[in-house]
Amino acid sequence: MKRFLIPLGLFLVLAVFLGIGLSRDPREVPSPLLGKAAPAFSLPTLGDSGRGDGPAFGPETMRGRVWVLNVWASWCASCRDEHPVLLGLAESGVVPIVGLDYKDQPAQAQGWLERHGNPYVLSALDADGRVGIDYGVYGVPETYVIDKAGIIRFKQIGAVTPEVLKTRMLPLIQELQR
Amino acid sequence: MIPELGHLALILACLVSLVQGTLPLIGAHRDNAAWTGLARPAAQTQFALVAFAFGCLMQSFLANDFSVLYVTQHSNSLLPAVYRAAAVWGGHEGSLLLWLLMLSGWSCAVSLLSRQLPEPMVARVIGVLGLVAAGLQLFMLFTSNPFDRMLPAATQGLDLNPLLQDPGLVIHPPMLYMGYVGFSVAFAFAMAALLAGRLDAAWARWSRPWTNAAWVFLTLGIALGSYWAYYELGWGGWWFWDPVENASFMPWLAGTALIHSLAVTEKRGSFRNWTVLLAIVAFSLSLMGTFLVRSGVLTSVHAFASDPKRGIFILAFLVAVIGSSLTLFAWRAPKVGLGGGFALLSRETLLLVNNVLLAVACGTVLLGTLYPLIIDALNLGKLSVGPPYFNAVFVPVMLPLLVLLAVGPLARWKQADARDMARRLRVAAVMAVVAGIALPLLAGAWTPGVALALALAVWIAAGTWCQVRERLKSGWPPRSFWGMHLAHLGVAVFVVGVGMVKGHEVEKDVRMAVGDTVEIAGYQIEFLGMREVDGPNYTARQGAFALSKDGRRLRELRPEKRAYAATQSVMTEAAIDSGFTRDLYVSLGEPLAGRGATPDWSVRVYYKPFVTWIWFGCVLMALGGGVAAADRRYRLKARRAAEPATADDGVAA
Amino acid sequence: MTRLPVRLPATLMALLVAVLLQLALPPRATANEARPLAEDPAVEARLLRIAEEVRCLVCQNESLAASQADLAKDLRREIRAQIRQGKTDAQIMDFLVDRYGDFVRYRPPFNATTLLLWLGPFLALAVGLAALMRFLRRRQAAAPAPLTEDEQRRAAALLDGTD
Repeated sequence: MKRFLIPLGLFLVLAVFLGIGLSRDPREVPSPLLGKAAPAFSLPTLGDSGRGDGPAFGPETMRGRVWVLNVWASWCASCRDEHPVLLGLAESGVVPIVGLDYKDQPAQAQGWLERHGNPYVLSALDADGRVGIDYGVYGVPETYVIDKAGIIRFKQIGAVTPEVLKTRMLPLIQELQR
Repeated sequence: MIPELGHLALILACLVSLVQGTLPLIGAHRDNAAWTGLARPAAQTQFALVAFAFGCLMQSFLANDFSVLYVTQHSNSLLPAVYRAAAVWGGHEGSLLLWLLMLSGWSCAVSLLSRQLPEPMVARVIGVLGLVAAGLQLFMLFTSNPFDRMLPAATQGLDLNPLLQDPGLVIHPPMLYMGYVGFSVAFAFAMAALLAGRLDAAWARWSRPWTNAAWVFLTLGIALGSYWAYYELGWGGWWFWDPVENASFMPWLAGTALIHSLAVTEKRGSFRNWTVLLAIVAFSLSLMGTFLVRSGVLTSVHAFASDPKRGIFILAFLVAVIGSSLTLFAWRAPKVGLGGGFALLSRETLLLVNNVLLAVACGTVLLGTLYPLIIDALNLGKLSVGPPYFNAVFVPVMLPLLVLLAVGPLARWKQADARDMARRLRVAAVMAVVAGIALPLLAGAWTPGVALALALAVWIAAGTWCQVRERLKSGWPPRSFWGMHLAHLGVAVFVVGVGMVKGHEVEKDVRMAVGDTVEIAGYQIEFLGMREVDGPNYTARQGAFALSKDGRRLRELRPEKRAYAATQSVMTEAAIDSGFTRDLYVSLGEPLAGRGATPDWSVRVYYKPFVTWIWFGCVLMALGGGVAAADRRYRLKARRAAEPATADDGVAA
Repeated sequence: MTRLPVRLPATLMALLVAVLLQLALPPRATANEARPLAEDPAVEARLLRIAEEVRCLVCQNESLAASQADLAKDLRREIRAQIRQGKTDAQIMDFLVDRYGDFVRYRPPFNATTLLLWLGPFLALAVGLAALMRFLRRRQAAAPAPLTEDEQRRAAALLDGTD
């Protein structure tokens, strides 16, 4: 009788889902901020002296331009992995990169940039992580692509790899800049 | 040398299990006594080889052989010997070897303890077990070899995760795996019966003690895991509906349904198809649990480091084993006839209701555990399904089952008398209502949750008591009767524990300087001071707290904050004063800037009433299952001509 | 007629009552009382209730209440501030979900996507019990008629071996 095949049928459906599950990463959480306005803030920046007394910065300053916001910290190991990619991007001059120094000390941050290079036009200092919360940051590094109207269009969780840059970020940036 | 010997033993064991899984099955099918006779020696040889391999791995750990990659990843020369031994199953590869050891152990037990079973049956059971073992061994040899060397050898190991450096690790996984793997025996019996095309009551009788034993181990394994989490993790929780916890709970629910269903199949020959299906499901859930823990598909504190390649292999294994067994089921089941008839109100019906409720409960846990995965696979986003969901949904499903617990054993087989049952349950009902109203009031606040829990517990306990008293009038009942009621009583005890803890636990987060006292639920805890203590592979800051009640000093509690050198990690060890009616739990937080020379500390103090009843209830359940499994009926030799009728027909188990 | 089995259960009940009475005793004040860690225990209690429903994103499946991760501490601080500002539980949850998505909720929302999740168990229970009823009724209809008196006597004789 057909009904005895029901358990087998149910199991095969389950197996298909389990199989698909193998190709997914349960830890990767997509951002609900995609397509929404980048949250406003006003933070001090690292400044030329590196003492954190630079002029205040907020995302509205970048209105009219496509830009990249990179969340980084001197204590973050993966940030070092993606740093060459960011330096390359900065050098190409395609798009300005703004750094968000997350839960860090200005002295440490300045030292880190001096040692590894500074791809940022400026680095805003989010000392207590409050702005990070507004941006849905839960790990470092994270990178956002924001368009001319100030809408978040892309979020990269984890280090920016050359592949991600080439296949996902650059085409998007070029399209937004048109 | 020793790891290579272990590896060789594993390869040989794989070859033996391939033989064990094919020749006896074919032999039973073709009435070839020579091949059928291979089953028992094959199982025993396999166990010897696997045990040897396991011994080799353990020796590598004990001898600090850091040329073996697995040892380096999970051990350290400063680790105490007992944890070096237990570290064997602290990681993926070794835990698989433990699984295999249990599987070959159970198979060997079947080969030794089944003299009264017909040879073709035994051959089939051992053959199926051999196939499962072969699959596991191939998986290990191809993707998860614990004996892989690393050259050059490391000088020191990476140390065992400090959370695992605890007596809990020594006993929880082995118990749990004994349970998981034990259900493979029930599965093998079901498969053997399907293969033979004979699903009679005899099969159920043979299968029952093995299934009960597996259930006992699984119950204890889960209880141990819960208790371990309680005292080790430092926040007083004992169940988090974590995917891996659920992965052990689902086979338990299916297994509980199975042991009840087997009772009916043995007694009345009914529900044979359903029982077989349950046996397949229980084991499938065990296997699926293995998959979930090791494939990286779900996030969990318990998960082993994931590797997609392993995930694919396990999934393939899952599909092969479960797919083929369910196919066999679909093919053979229709040919099985109905068993004995029974009335609409009878023990059979109530046991069927028990099975439906347990199946729904199991399905509920499965749904909640896999839902995030399903939603993600369908590209509908990312969801979390956590304790609030499970608590909201699981408890309502289980409530009817708790009510029926007192009713079921009262019902006669085939036809029950409703009025008679109601009369016998009157006393229990009254006591339950009184308890529900009065007892919570005595404890302070009346909350519906606690009232319900206490009412149900008294309902079950009183119902059990009435039944036992009545039954004793007609002579001493068999062990299966005692086992059943003991296990049911265990459920009542468990319910009291859960209800009281959830309803009346108190938590206080305080800042303490030396000399400060915190007051909690009538107890006073005074901070006496801190000192440095050295362990074998850690240094600890140990606090001393004096526990008093009404001015009388009870004892000193010593929670610690341990810093493990090898992993640079910090672990909190709580101090617990355990009592029959309450636990007092002290956990250190962080040092804070203080007024004096010594820093203040943030301290978390818990008062947990009746929390030990949770695990005590589980132990009673396991004890009940063990007593039932030891029933003398299961050890009868081949049927004698005239057997005196036992007094256990009708009302008893 | 059944008498109330007063002896053993009553003793157990008395034990339970005595124990529960202990719970009802009022606490005694002592010198040098430890201060609560939090400034306002009521706020902390509410924080804990909310935090137990929130997932810690950087942990392997822990709640925000239990986690000791940095982000968890930051988020708890944020929730505490919002409680003091007078926000409702729903508003605070919305705040978190707006930034981190539904993933952060341990209690899944009730919407079209989760309909099956929330209703499934109860549906299964209803369907299971209904299917059981139908199965039992069908079985009753197909069952052979019970033995007549005469047949019963014959059966008994056969079993006793006197036939």
